[in-house]
Amino acid sequence: MSSPPPILNIVLFLPFLVAVVILCMRRLLKGASVILSVASSITCFICSLMLLGTVERVYPMMDFIHIDGVFDAGILAIVDKQSAGMLFIVTFIGMLVHLFSLGYMKDDEAQPRYFGALSLFMFSMTGIVLAANLFMMFIFWELVGLSSFLLIGHWFHKSSAAEAANKAFLTNRIGDFGFMIGILMLFGVSGSVSFEDLKSSLESGNLHAIAAAHPTFMTIAALGLFMGAVGKSAQMPLHVWLPDAMEGPTPVSALIHAATMVAAGVYMLVRVSFIIAASPLACDIVAGVGGVTALMAALMATQQNDIKRVLAYSTLSQLGYMVMAVGLVAMNPTHAGNADSIGHPGMFHLYTHAFFKALLFLGSGAVIYACHHEQDIWKMGGLRKYMPVTFWTFAIGTAALMGVPGLSGFVSKEGILDVAYGECKWLFTIGVVTAGLTAFYMTRLVVVAFLGKARSEGAKHASEVPLIMLVPLAALAIMSIISAVPSVANGLNALKPVVEHGHEGHTVMIFSLIALVVGAGGGFLLYRNRDSDPVSIKLFANKFYIDEFYAGLIKYGQDRVAWVVNALERIFADGLVARLPAAIVSKMGSQLRVLQCGRLQAYTFLLGAGVLFVIYILVFVLPAPGH
Amino acid sequence: MPSFIFYLFALVTLGFGLLVVTARNPVTSALSLASSFVGLAALFISLDAYFIGIIQILVYAGAVMVLFLFIIMLMDIKAEEGKKTNNGALVGGCLLAVLLVLQVIMVSGAFHGERTVAELDTTAAIGKAAGTELPTIANDLREGSLPDTKLMGYALFDRYGFHLQVVGLLLLVGTVGVVMLSKRDTAAKEAGN
Amino acid sequence: MVTLGHYLVVSGALFALGLAGVIARRNILIIYMCLEMMLSAANLTLVAFSRFHLVDHLPDYGAQALVFFTITVAAAEVAVGLAIIVALFRSRQSVDVDSITKLQG
Repeated sequence: MSSPPPILNIVLFLPFLVAVVILCMRRLLKGASVILSVASSITCFICSLMLLGTVERVYPMMDFIHIDGVFDAGILAIVDKQSAGMLFIVTFIGMLVHLFSLGYMKDDEAQPRYFGALSLFMFSMTGIVLAANLFMMFIFWELVGLSSFLLIGHWFHKSSAAEAANKAFLTNRIGDFGFMIGILMLFGVSGSVSFEDLKSSLESGNLHAIAAAHPTFMTIAALGLFMGAVGKSAQMPLHVWLPDAMEGPTPVSALIHAATMVAAGVYMLVRVSFIIAASPLACDIVAGVGGVTALMAALMATQQNDIKRVLAYSTLSQLGYMVMAVGLVAMNPTHAGNADSIGHPGMFHLYTHAFFKALLFLGSGAVIYACHHEQDIWKMGGLRKYMPVTFWTFAIGTAALMGVPGLSGFVSKEGILDVAYGECKWLFTIGVVTAGLTAFYMTRLVVVAFLGKARSEGAKHASEVPLIMLVPLAALAIMSIISAVPSVANGLNALKPVVEHGHEGHTVMIFSLIALVVGAGGGFLLYRNRDSDPVSIKLFANKFYIDEFYAGLIKYGQDRVAWVVNALERIFADGLVARLPAAIVSKMGSQLRVLQCGRLQAYTFLLGAGVLFVIYILVFVLPAPGH
Repeated sequence: MPSFIFYLFALVTLGFGLLVVTARNPVTSALSLASSFVGLAALFISLDAYFIGIIQILVYAGAVMVLFLFIIMLMDIKAEEGKKTNNGALVGGCLLAVLLVLQVIMVSGAFHGERTVAELDTTAAIGKAAGTELPTIANDLREGSLPDTKLMGYALFDRYGFHLQVVGLLLLVGTVGVVMLSKRDTAAKEAGN
Repeated sequence: MVTLGHYLVVSGALFALGLAGVIARRNILIIYMCLEMMLSAANLTLVAFSRFHLVDHLPDYGAQALVFFTITVAAAEVAVGLAIIVALFRSRQSVDVDSITKLQG
């Protein structure tokens, strides 16, 4: 056990300190809090750069709960390729979002609160990334939930934002419940929550015996953990909160709801992939849920008109891709066994996706900012002329997302499709169709919003955003291009998978290129020079009516349960426990009211009688103490 | 001490006490109470508590009763006399009083005949009493008289010095309280005007 | 001969008189006087016990010190109590306790 290097302490606790200082003293600090927050994010970025390529080991940060021989869950920081790479992403995008927010949130009155919550998020996210045991991960898991809640509801005076914050929080509760069950099941059997102990226990300890004797147990535990990821990474059927979360400020959407927090689910799944791999059924379910989410989210994205919602569904779809990859990799024991050495395609897609999705969100933020908070793409148009830098960076992000060869998205998507082709043909089909749909709706977005002619006054008067917002766009665009280049990827310790370019590799590449061309070409031809949407599919536009289904479920299911509970509550809690004693006391009170006649003489009489009675009892009835 | 003196003053105390309770005129009540206290003071003195006896006369029969009389005169409460008494309360009060006396008699019967007020053996007290620390107390005792006030002072200022100061503070607080109670009324009146 | 019991009976009788007065009388000033009487009756008990409980052949002056404190506190109480009675009289123009029935339930 050695003390952690100071940079680890800085990268974890500095944002926390800043958040506490800002949130406690925001009236005092005013503008200084913004500077404080941005400075801390830059410092963290530098520290995480220094962490890249350091020795892989686990550092104890501080004690948390320690019961000898029973339970030990400290704040331990695990530093390896996965966490160092993820930390780089988090701090890099976090820093750029902080900078972008300087411009985007310039006129917001509650700026200090915004930056305080942002710092709190940075702290929580760093905690998840560094977590070396499930217990610590769960704590920070909840903390990101909290900061996400705070940031979605930043404009809480708008009822839609407040409701979206609640929805996100409540939906995540369901997932977290499963997560907790999974953690407790694993802890109950192995007696430890740390990843190292769980791994060794699964190889030769209690967990190994249980897994052999009761495969269902491992399946349920793995699915419990997966449920946490379903909530946080917004997979089907808990995906409903993510599109609504777009009510938050756009930089927040870029940081939390595109690049980092929603990826935490995938990150966690990769960390515990050895547990998922122990149950073949769980692998199938994980991969299946990911695939279904990818496809359905892509379908929904094709009919959205809100620029941020298109991107939100696209995020859902890409997260589905990653989850699918986790399940697929876990299916194959040879992959799962040495996932550390050859890299994980899901994790790699997470890295590349973080860059270009953050880029797209920040780009959309710039567009929204320029069009005076107009989010409907049909009221934009022709923005290419007014905002050239934004357009070109947005186009790069779009190309990367579609998987245009040469850009990072192509490489990482190829990795996933490659695994899918090897493991499961129908998921491969879904992957290819999704890729085609992705190309289609992204083309639609760019064509409608940036090309053609301006369709509203706001769009006509749009102008390029200030430099402070362009710098992050440019930085992210560069990263979107080069993050898959082997030298950069290795330098970042990104877990680039080795794609075996055999005859399969060619098949995969051919399929994905076909999907790209069909999707992008179809989108371009269909939407060029259109003023309104030529295609109208109600089912997709209304998101498969899932929200309505949930509302109905709650209305008809929960209301019935609530009725029964209410009846029970009225009979027992309200009736027997509360009303009955109250009635007795009230009855007695009204009877005894006679005594409170308000006449001094009566009171003194009662007092004197009482005293005499006590004397009588003490002196004449009870035995004298001495005898 | 001859017994008849005790009976005399006991009678004075209780007789005037009865008059306090029964008199219809408050002034009569107040004067009877003062007389009752004088009798009580005599009983104190018969118990060799000279200091307490004098204090009883000075403070109670003197200061406190004068205060009562002031208030009675100030408020001019003659008009209350005509009202008839509350019979229920009268019966209740007498009942409780009789019960209490019965209880007291039964309890004090246990002490009956055990001890009498014997002459204090002052010479035996020399050397053992706390007074030996102070020469004057010892001298008084040697002369055969009981230095009651000196012993009292010794008890108050030596053993209960702190308590004495607390009581002094209480008096101060009481004074301030009285001022507040009287003043608030005038302030309210001024506010009313 | 006069014994401790005699004093206790006198004290008890005085206390009972006071109690009867407090309950039976309606004039708040007389009630107050009766209270003082009860207090004095208690003092008599204390002094009697002090005299009959000899410490080193002398009366127990601890008890008499308590009597002294009781008298002091009673004096303070009388001052405050009378001030309250005066205030009450000012607001109600009466010293009859039957006129004070605000506590009626």
